[in-house]
Amino acid sequence: MTSGDAATATPHGGAPPPPPPAERTHGLGASVPPADALAKAQGTFPYAADLWAEGLLWAAVLRAPHPHARIVAVDTEQAAAMPGVRAVVTHADVPGDANHGRGVADRPAFARDVVRHYGEAIAAVAADHPDTARLAVAAIAVEYEVLEPLTDPEQAFEAEPIHPDGNVLRHLPLRYGDAEATGEVVVEGLYRIGRQDPAPIGTEAGLAVPRPDGGVELYTASTDPHTDRDRAAACFGLPPEQVKVVVTGVPGAMADREDLSSQIPLGLLALRTGRPVKLTAGREDSFLGHGHRHPTLLRYRHHADAAGKLVKVEAQILMDGGAYADGSHEALAAAVAFAAGPYVVPHAVVDGWVVRTNNPPAAHVRGEGAFQVCAAHEGQMDKLAATLGLDPAELRARNVMATGDLLPTGQAVTCPAPVAELLDAVREAPLPPLPKDSPEEEWLLPGGPEGAGEPGAVRRGVGHALGMVHLLGAEGADEVSTATVKVDGPVATVLCAAVETGQGFATLARQIVQEVLGVEEVHVAPVDTDQPPAGPGARGRHTWVSAGAVERAAKMVRTQLLQPLAATFGMSTELLTITDGKITSYDGVLSTTVAEALDGKELWATAQCRPHPTEPLDDTGQGDAFVGLAFAAVRAVVDVDVELGSVRVVELAVAQDVGRVLNPAQCRARIEAGLTQGLGAALTEHLRVARGVVRHPDLTGYPLPTALDVPDLRVVRLVEERDVVAPFGAKSVSAVPLVVAPAAIASAVRAATGRPVNRLPIRPAAVVPE
Amino acid sequence: MTRPVTLPATLDEAVAALTAMPAAVPVAGGTDLMAAVNAGQLRPAALVGLGRISEIRGWEYRDGHGILGAGLTHARMGRPDFAALFPALAAAARAAGPPQTRNAGTLGGNVVTGAPTGDTLPVLAALEATLIVAGPGGARRETPVGQLLSGREMLRPGEVVGYLRVPLLHAPQTFLKATGRTGPGRAVASAAVVLDPARRGVRCAIGAVAPMPLRPLEAEQWAASLIDWSAVRVRGAVALAPEALSAFGEYVAMSCIPDPAPDPDTGRPPAHPPAVLHLRRTVAALARRALGRALA
Repeated sequence: MTSGDAATATPHGGAPPPPPPAERTHGLGASVPPADALAKAQGTFPYAADLWAEGLLWAAVLRAPHPHARIVAVDTEQAAAMPGVRAVVTHADVPGDANHGRGVADRPAFARDVVRHYGEAIAAVAADHPDTARLAVAAIAVEYEVLEPLTDPEQAFEAEPIHPDGNVLRHLPLRYGDAEATGEVVVEGLYRIGRQDPAPIGTEAGLAVPRPDGGVELYTASTDPHTDRDRAAACFGLPPEQVKVVVTGVPGAMADREDLSSQIPLGLLALRTGRPVKLTAGREDSFLGHGHRHPTLLRYRHHADAAGKLVKVEAQILMDGGAYADGSHEALAAAVAFAAGPYVVPHAVVDGWVVRTNNPPAAHVRGEGAFQVCAAHEGQMDKLAATLGLDPAELRARNVMATGDLLPTGQAVTCPAPVAELLDAVREAPLPPLPKDSPEEEWLLPGGPEGAGEPGAVRRGVGHALGMVHLLGAEGADEVSTATVKVDGPVATVLCAAVETGQGFATLARQIVQEVLGVEEVHVAPVDTDQPPAGPGARGRHTWVSAGAVERAAKMVRTQLLQPLAATFGMSTELLTITDGKITSYDGVLSTTVAEALDGKELWATAQCRPHPTEPLDDTGQGDAFVGLAFAAVRAVVDVDVELGSVRVVELAVAQDVGRVLNPAQCRARIEAGLTQGLGAALTEHLRVARGVVRHPDLTGYPLPTALDVPDLRVVRLVEERDVVAPFGAKSVSAVPLVVAPAAIASAVRAATGRPVNRLPIRPAAVVPE
Repeated sequence: MTRPVTLPATLDEAVAALTAMPAAVPVAGGTDLMAAVNAGQLRPAALVGLGRISEIRGWEYRDGHGILGAGLTHARMGRPDFAALFPALAAAARAAGPPQTRNAGTLGGNVVTGAPTGDTLPVLAALEATLIVAGPGGARRETPVGQLLSGREMLRPGEVVGYLRVPLLHAPQTFLKATGRTGPGRAVASAAVVLDPARRGVRCAIGAVAPMPLRPLEAEQWAASLIDWSAVRVRGAVALAPEALSAFGEYVAMSCIPDPAPDPDTGRPPAHPPAVLHLRRTVAALARRALGRALA
């Protein structure tokens, strides 16, 4: 042993430690870190709020102080005359389409004659200074005739229409099997789901820059740039080519981001003043401007036989869509189709409605539809188990669906559906130890380290829940994506309009190109609408279609690169491999580098990926509406202070159907994020509204989970059964844990307290025995 | 839009600055004030920063009392040396908000802001603390903290809260707080209980359920009558029966959240909504636990 070795020897008996197993540092299956991780952690990453342009003006938006009112008059004269104010715009200044919307164009760019929700945009101001803009907004005189708000969705059917299109946005009945079937055991339940808000850490922000050709460029954290461009262009009265959306970094998204109520004012003000205009929403503006999860009222009746096999599920689902349609149609489809959960149900009678109210508008939020029904069907399974005297997990095990079973929509589950395996995995995982085995000062009781928790009043409960979400857009949505891959020397570049929302697409795209082309250095180009559309970053779309497009394009580049070599050596391209920038043949005869093979050329290829088509649900709720499904099982362990009603989640254990793990670190991070959001929705996250008026639109009134609230998150099992129709066989991982965690927590609180717990978030009063 | 900011080095300079600029607003930690300014709810014409007045950032003993500087931060009050003398105040300071807030927010700011959820307020009410207010011309006047919190008395133009006089009781004290989450949060309700062996008194104050801390005086007297005061300094010697503690909790809760006035037709009081009944149960549990821990 030389002295150099001695210096590094371990203290354990002289033998050097075994070399770590060769871990992959790039390509699929490796924990490749995000390229921008360091910049984001150090705070140097430029988000939209950090953008600057020479001579820019600051915008502010006037929001309605009433949930329902007729606008009698808007007087902007005083505001426009203020020194430093450059422009004031209202509905009268919208040159193009007066209304816009996703799917249904039912939302005015600015409220015209009627205000339909608290915080609806009425006017916007551009000024030299943000304070001036805010003061000018306050100086706009609006005369309202206040109307009675429609805030109870159950009243929406009978009430005067609050919108020319009527109050019922969609009614979806589902009839499956024999509607008259009955079971020996019947349990009923009424469930209420609250209004979760995406509450992104970075609030909405944007910069609009006018172009010399009369168009405008919008720099914003859009998650669906092409749709935003088209909607904004229609309002500006411009052809889509004259509007360009440039995507900046996305500071948190669990939904569609950057609502158009800020993008349209920005663009209009930039076009009007001919100067760049910037807007950075405050926390209140953010809460009022973007859409929330649909608050939902669910009435259930489950029929089962004496052995606990489900016979029939009856459900009535009423979703509060707020004033405008937005993503409500698809949310309802998911809620109705998944009303029974991942269980085999021979008969189902479900009616779903989504209605307009003067409450804050609902929009697409991750897990939409599936989230609301999961808490309800899992509550029903607990109730059924209690009635039958069965262990709740055992009852679930007797009913789980598997590949080949039918959904109540009549669609066969063709993808892997390892639900039984997931349930077994969380049931078998060891339970966390009780605090009595550790020193008293280490106990973390409900209420926190400085709280009022008392060990004698704490009860522990364990609950299980199963749930599912659909992947990709449903009911005939065209889920196409286009990507371009370029190789130039040792560097490859991906151009794709799929937005990195934090879901990890940019990292995945790099991994795919590394895998296919053997090039280590891969860049992902910034996204703008000059690229071909890739669609919204929602429902695991980019992991599926955009990643599929990147793979195809990379393979086309590979063929272009290898074809000449293969022809020279008289072998097919499949017999050549590329690793670490070197090309070798199966027999070792050929060995060259990518750079040599390129010989100074650039290779480009563009490809599309489009999954198999789906169809709309018919008027009995039947049809093959979904491209793919993903499942998860969660076991929650909670401690409840049964006097104060405070709940602390001790552990969440999850087993999840992921198809294939493409990036272990990222996969785990996404699951943890989903569980955390689910925990928030279960315990604290609910945007409070009184008679249509949003109360406390700030992070004190809307408490998010903190590090003390989030417990040990245990991923006990990732089931990797590849979905053959998905590129790489991977399923998106973020949404399912969010959908299932609240149901598991509610189940655990039920077990701890014996109370019904039929509302999310769980209120302390509902936990304390009366 | 710049605002004049003055940074006096002594209390009297601060008073002078406020007298010279009647529109100026004093600011200490700024955890409430600056949030309101940033939200556009408050637009002070000028600010007088109290952060450089070193005389109000510490504490001293005088005649069996602690004279606590109004500029003491929550973080400082939470430390063990402070906690040994004023345990309930230290517990309230530790329970107040995240570390960033505790590092900046001050005791005086908590009193002057007077938010119903201010965590130190029920403790100050239970301790019957006195404010020492600095006024123009070097004047010092004393006023009970309850006078200011209840709005019976206001700070006069130019006045600044300099110190709080708090009795040193050498007996157990507790502060308990119910919040909506495990991490830091605003109090739904809080309870402070202090024992005063010299005066043979139990003093209790309930925070966050009303605009100011509430003192259930009859419940205090009843609890004091049950305690064997000769043994109170011996740990655990005066523990009360669980039934007595429960009765104390109920007594406190009923006096802080009384039944509404009886309906003239039926003669019975109308029922509170479920949320109020839950709040009352929360207050009862907190008061019971707080007294139980003080006597344990």
